Amino acid sequence: MWNGTRGIHRLGGAVVPEGNQKKERTILQFLTNHFYDVEALRGYLLQREMCKVHLKNRSFTWLEEQHGPYSAGAFFILKQGGAVKFRDKEWIRPDKYGHFSPEFWNFREVPVEAVDASDCEINYEGLDNLLLLKELQSLSLQRCPHVDDWCLSRLYPLADSLQELSLAGCPRVSERGLACLHHLQNLRRLDISDLPAVSNPGLTQILVEEMLPNCQVVGVDWAEGLKLGPEEQPQDTASPVPA
Amino acid sequence: MIRRVLPHGLGRGLLTRRPGTRRGGFSLDWDGKVSEIKKKIKSILPGTSCDLLPDTSHLPPEHSDVVIVGGGVLGLSVAYWLKQLENRRGGMRVLVVERDHTYSQASTGLSVGGICQQFSLPENIQLSLFSASFLRNINEYLAVTNAPPLDLQFNPSGYLLLASEKDAAAMESNVKVQKQEGAKVCLMSPDQLRNKFPWINTEGVALASYGMENEGWFDPWCLLQGLRQKVASMGVFFCQGEVTRFVTSSQSMLTTDDEIVILKRIHEVHVKMDHSLEYQPVECSIVINAAGAWSAQIAALAGIGKGPPGTLQGTKLPVEPRKRYVYVWHCPQGPGLETPLVADTSGAYFRREGLGSNYLGGRSPTEEEEPDPANLEVDHDFFQEKVWPHLALRVPAFETLKVQTAWAGYYDYNTFDQNGVVGPHPLVVNMYFATGFSGHGLQQAPGVGRAVAEMILEGSFQTIDLSRFLFNRFYLGEKTQENNIM
Repeated sequence: MWNGTRGIHRLGGAVVPEGNQKKERTILQFLTNHFYDVEALRGYLLQREMCKVHLKNRSFTWLEEQHGPYSAGAFFILKQGGAVKFRDKEWIRPDKYGHFSPEFWNFREVPVEAVDASDCEINYEGLDNLLLLKELQSLSLQRCPHVDDWCLSRLYPLADSLQELSLAGCPRVSERGLACLHHLQNLRRLDISDLPAVSNPGLTQILVEEMLPNCQVVGVDWAEGLKLGPEEQPQDTASPVPA
Repeated sequence: MIRRVLPHGLGRGLLTRRPGTRRGGFSLDWDGKVSEIKKKIKSILPGTSCDLLPDTSHLPPEHSDVVIVGGGVLGLSVAYWLKQLENRRGGMRVLVVERDHTYSQASTGLSVGGICQQFSLPENIQLSLFSASFLRNINEYLAVTNAPPLDLQFNPSGYLLLASEKDAAAMESNVKVQKQEGAKVCLMSPDQLRNKFPWINTEGVALASYGMENEGWFDPWCLLQGLRQKVASMGVFFCQGEVTRFVTSSQSMLTTDDEIVILKRIHEVHVKMDHSLEYQPVECSIVINAAGAWSAQIAALAGIGKGPPGTLQGTKLPVEPRKRYVYVWHCPQGPGLETPLVADTSGAYFRREGLGSNYLGGRSPTEEEEPDPANLEVDHDFFQEKVWPHLALRVPAFETLKVQTAWAGYYDYNTFDQNGVVGPHPLVVNMYFATGFSGHGLQQAPGVGRAVAEMILEGSFQTIDLSRFLFNRFYLGEKTQENNIM
């Protein structure tokens, strides 16, 4: 039953069989509407979830003063469960228990080149720490549940160095957030596949390609939003089909 | 009523329950049962229907601690913060009185929905910054169990303000103040402008300021509905009616210079229902005037401005409704997805709307061209003559465009200095203002709501100091002028 509290308030949460989810939700809703205790308990649990996310995304300013921006930023990513690659070094990933090797504390002057923050709970405040990595070239924010349009508007300080960005599967990113990626003029590869909040994926892909002419935008086949004409055969979906 | 038929001779084995009956306990069809009983009694007893207590569910309560006149975004924001900051849960009874529950003429719903930090006054910048963080975390502030999360449809594309030669120095100093307060704004030269936005024609532009973060536009309806839902769940009362009278009492007091001052206190608010003469006197201790474009009428009801001109009693609330038009057009070759809200040197502005090459925009008319605010009819000639030429000059692609629709809305325009009025009135001691924002009320609503709630609960502004927006300035003649108004 407690999965319900997280599931309802998280957009695009884990996949649960439709029938079970609906029954769970109506029982929970009925109880919430009729009992103050249930409502208060659910409100408290929701606040606790949000506090946990805030705690994960606090700013590591002290670490930045002690060990420099690159190590502090790398520590933030590794603590969240992501992977980090320093220049000319190997990828550092936490293992399944969340432990990672402390060798990166020595890399004071070595900039971080690539960050893989897939499935991490980074939000707007956490980007404070990510933006410490001034020479980042590749950033992957796949399936991050709290990355939304506001977060994308914060990525412009990385415009000089960022060449690869992946936003595949982020449930809160919509075409309005993609509009502020035009600051990233050095971007060469952008992945915007599987964004459930984008209303019209084909059209969005075309507009983003127009906005970033030097970038290869991957993700959506622009024919996806179009309907077949009356005399066309349905099996030929590779070539563009007139609406 | 429910007869259990025991068929004679069927034997015990078939003593099954009929569907719809229950053994023991009460059935869930209580309302149906009650109405059946009522019908039976009516049919047996002679005389008229027995309605001992008339239905008063549409009337407001008879007593309320705070009455907020006006249920738009400012009024609801004050209600939200009052409930959020009160010391005990349920410690205050708040009533929101709104004349039109469809919000057909309310400025909130008809607004373009922009939020920007590019002001010249530090207080305005701080208010907008707080509002941006409020909107960003709206699902934490306005979380209601069982309701789905709010989607504000926020476009973080920023504002681009263009300045001609004579305004360039003012813009530079404004940007300095904005950066000091923490807004992320950068200055751009015409070359940089052309580089970044190739569709712009930089003729006549000396400098531009571009907001990079926390600026853009959103859906004001969603904010309004979210506030309404949250505020209702916190226990605020809503009433649909019009405030027609304040019952006040006066007290004569002596100042330190031995001058006589008459202080008034509002004791009752008369709320009249729609389409009827029925009214309900609501006994209250604090009244908040958040009536937007009609705030001056509410202030006049309380006796503000009734006195010889030039005195404090004779200072009216200088807020009046001003009509502004918004036009929506379609231009297939127009600027792309990255277009910010562009405000031209001539005062014309436009922004993108959606994915389909639709744009919306308008222009503030000069004092001589002010349209008559008696109704919300749209003047299409205004677009042809006063808006389109400026747009076409600035963005050559707009030479071919087709207007799809247009609407008009009111600004609660402060004729004194175009900035809001916040805080208590010096003579009518329990009336607080939250109005007069002349076009940027929506973007400052969360901050202003919190300021008014702090003023009421703590006695002074705690987080953002809005002392410059008090009512006194109209009598003292001190203008807090804002240079960047659209």
